[in-house]
This record gives sequence, structure tokens and C-alpha cells, in this order.
Amino acid sequence: MAFNQPAVSRSAESVLATNKVLRNTYSLLSMTLLFSALMAAVSMYVETGPGTYLLSVGGAFLLIWLVLPRTANSSAGIGVVFAITGLLGFSLGPILTQYLALSNGAQLIMTALGGTGVIFLGLSGYALTTRRDFSFLGGMLFVGLLVILFAALGNIFFAIPALSLAISAAVILLFSGFILYDTSRIINGGETNYIMATVALYLDIFNIFIHLLNLLGALSGDD
Amino acid sequence: MDWFKIGSAILIGAMIIFLLPRARQMVKHSPKAKQGDWQALLIPIGLVVLFVIFLIMSVR
Repeated sequence: MAFNQPAVSRSAESVLATNKVLRNTYSLLSMTLLFSALMAAVSMYVETGPGTYLLSVGGAFLLIWLVLPRTANSSAGIGVVFAITGLLGFSLGPILTQYLALSNGAQLIMTALGGTGVIFLGLSGYALTTRRDFSFLGGMLFVGLLVILFAALGNIFFAIPALSLAISAAVILLFSGFILYDTSRIINGGETNYIMATVALYLDIFNIFIHLLNLLGALSGDD
Repeated sequence: MDWFKIGSAILIGAMIIFLLPRARQMVKHSPKAKQGDWQALLIPIGLVVLFVIFLIMSVR
């Protein structure tokens, strides 16, 4: 049995490391979601204009592309994650204010929020319990994301309501796939940095929430 | 055309430019699906579809 000891302890170490990444990711994710909600409330309170959405999302993506990769392996990365999620939360202010002006706006927001929570917990739980490797989805998910971005770019100019709904439905399905992919990457050791894992899962939740809200708002029958 | 549309187009264009090389790399290096992988994907995604339909019905 002593002959097997190194392999066994390496495997145990790997499981411990994976569990540590998972624990840190979900802790940081829950804190960033709360911070994001707080920033959305601040944005609604100060009554920011529609340009806020664009500026905040643009700022958040600049941080994701330029700053996060350089800081993800240091403690500064945690501050960057809060800056990214704070900006994305702040961007929600004008959208939520618009929905709250509808007679059933509060119900729509709470339904989208609860629905997003159920989808995230269900898919993450599924990936965690089955421990299946969803890395085969990587190429398909990124190509799907590009197709959706091209469609969204076209719809800025054509403004077809049906296309907007189709894009929202596709985004919900695509980011559901990303939740399975991102969670399985943590479980199977493909992602060992909890800061990067948190940002990936946060973006999945953020996109599902925004597009579920759009879908529910458009199909609720309230103008 | 207002500045909001131009800003949105620039932002989405930047996302496409940023994602294009990553998508190309992912397509080249993603492992092939094994037996049962697609079934394991379609069950939860199908449930998500049914759940979203249920949410839409609940707000109508």
C-alpha cells in the first residue's frame, strides 16, 4: 500500500485544491452579487440616465480585458472584481427604473431575479453533483456568443422586436451552457484561479438576468 | 442615429474583436464530446427552456 501513497496523496491534494477554489469562488460570488445589488440601488437612487448603462458596461469590459488578466493572481484582483461587478450593478439602475415604471414592474424584476437564481443554482448543482466534464462545449459556446453579438450588432440598426426576443432567448440558453462549462472547469481543474472563476460565473448570472427580464417584460402583455 | 446606438455598436464591435481570436482557439482546442455528453447537456438545458416558459406564463 505504501507504494500507492504518493498517487493517493496527490489525488487527495487535487480534490482539496478543487474544493478550495470552489469555496472561494462561491464566497466571492455571493459577496459581489450583494455589492452589485447595492450599486444598482445607488444607481436607481441617484436617477442615472440611459448613458450610464453604456459607460458602466464599457468600463467593466475594459477592466475585464486590460486589468483583470494582470491582477488575477494577486490580492489586487479582488478589488478589480468588485470594481467590475460594481460597475455592472450600477449599469442596471436605468433599466430597473424603467421596469419599475410599469404597473407590474416590481413583479417582473422579482420573477427575473428568482428565475435567474433557480437557473444558476440548478445548473451549478447539476454540474457539481454529476461532476461531468463539459469542456467539449467550449468552442460551440464561443462561436454561439459571436453569432449572438453579430445579431445584436445588426439589431441596433434594424431594431426588429422579434429579433430582440430571439436574441434574449438565445442568450439565456447560451449562458446556461456557460454555467455548466464554467462550473465543470472548476471541478475538473481547468480553472484554478477563483478570481477568474468568479468573474466568469458573475457574467453568466448577469446576462441571464438582463435577458430574462427583457423576455418577461416583452411577453408580459403590459405596455 | 443617436450617440447611444453608435456607442452600443462600438462596444459590441470591440467585444467581437476581442472574442474572435479566443473563439478560434477554443474551436481548435476543445475536446470532442464523448458518448452521453450531449444527453447530459440536453436534459438540463431542456429543463431551463421549460422553466423559462413557465416564468413567461406566470407573468402573462
